[in-house]
Amino acid sequence: MAVLDVLVYPDVRLKKVSIAVTSFDEALRRFLADFDETLHAMPGCVGLAAPQVNYFHRIALVDVSGKPGIPHNGRLLLINPEITEREGEAVGREGCLSVPDYTGNVVRATRIRVRAQDADGIYREYACEGYEARAVQHELDHLDGLLFLDRLVSRRDLFRRKVYR
Amino acid sequence: MLTVVGQDRPGIVAGLTDALYRGGVNLGEASMARLGGNFTIMLMVESDAAAEDLQRLIGPFAAAHSLRVHADPIEGRLHEHVEPNARIAVHGADRPGIVAQVTQALAAAGFNILDLDSGVGGTADRPIYVMTIDGHVPGGTEALERALAPVRRSGIEVRIEPIDTLVG
Repeated sequence: MAVLDVLVYPDVRLKKVSIAVTSFDEALRRFLADFDETLHAMPGCVGLAAPQVNYFHRIALVDVSGKPGIPHNGRLLLINPEITEREGEAVGREGCLSVPDYTGNVVRATRIRVRAQDADGIYREYACEGYEARAVQHELDHLDGLLFLDRLVSRRDLFRRKVYR
Repeated sequence: MLTVVGQDRPGIVAGLTDALYRGGVNLGEASMARLGGNFTIMLMVESDAAAEDLQRLIGPFAAAHSLRVHADPIEGRLHEHVEPNARIAVHGADRPGIVAQVTQALAAAGFNILDLDSGVGGTADRPIYVMTIDGHVPGGTEALERALAPVRRSGIEVRIEPIDTLVG
């Protein structure tokens, strides 16, 4: 096991679109072990996408369980993930391991359903809200070569709040 | 730190930054806004030149467009951001003292203002004041709720939100 190096913008590799995982084999397992170790070696970091560690396959890991008082699904390994439903929008501040010393405001859906395979290739579905939903959307963007910098909104947009019901 | 103020028109930023670029000056972080028909610039610049030389560099453009320019040597470095952990959004009928009242309460709670943006809207006879403040408060937003309670009682709408920056 090893902590993997994280690519840092403006590295152009962060703009690559990752390809689907097709074989759930020993090589994948080995990568996942390092990937998991890498996320947990980064203090305060709640998610990581495979392309951030120079592995251009559609894999993301989200774990917001360390944040007190928020709903979450525990450690979420998302392979070939797809967001099947999204609802609401909210502005929130984001930063990124791949973009040191800069944070900014981004609009994200407040509730999502995400369908993804696990380490064995089994399809699973998760409902995420709030902070966890934001983390999932942030990580899935990496799989499409997008950074939060691609979605920054101006300060005026701070007044765009959660959708009123 | 370069400070520039003048009547707003298209091309101020382009003209100034072009003169600085041609003079070999490196730009850092900046805050610029149109305030009451004026365009205002606060700009970190890095240069071996003295403050007077900077003034000379942009002097012709500034003179041609009636811009007032001020340059101060500062101690400043990049990559020293402080992450805000709270946002205060304030609005109400405009009247004297809103900013002083709100920021005194914040200061008493140990809140450090990192970013403040305010505007006056509404109509000329019934103006409204809108202000957003991002900053850092030790110990979280609960102290702010207590500190700002008297401000709310005085009829100003105050929203206090924690900022929990996601790092992914």
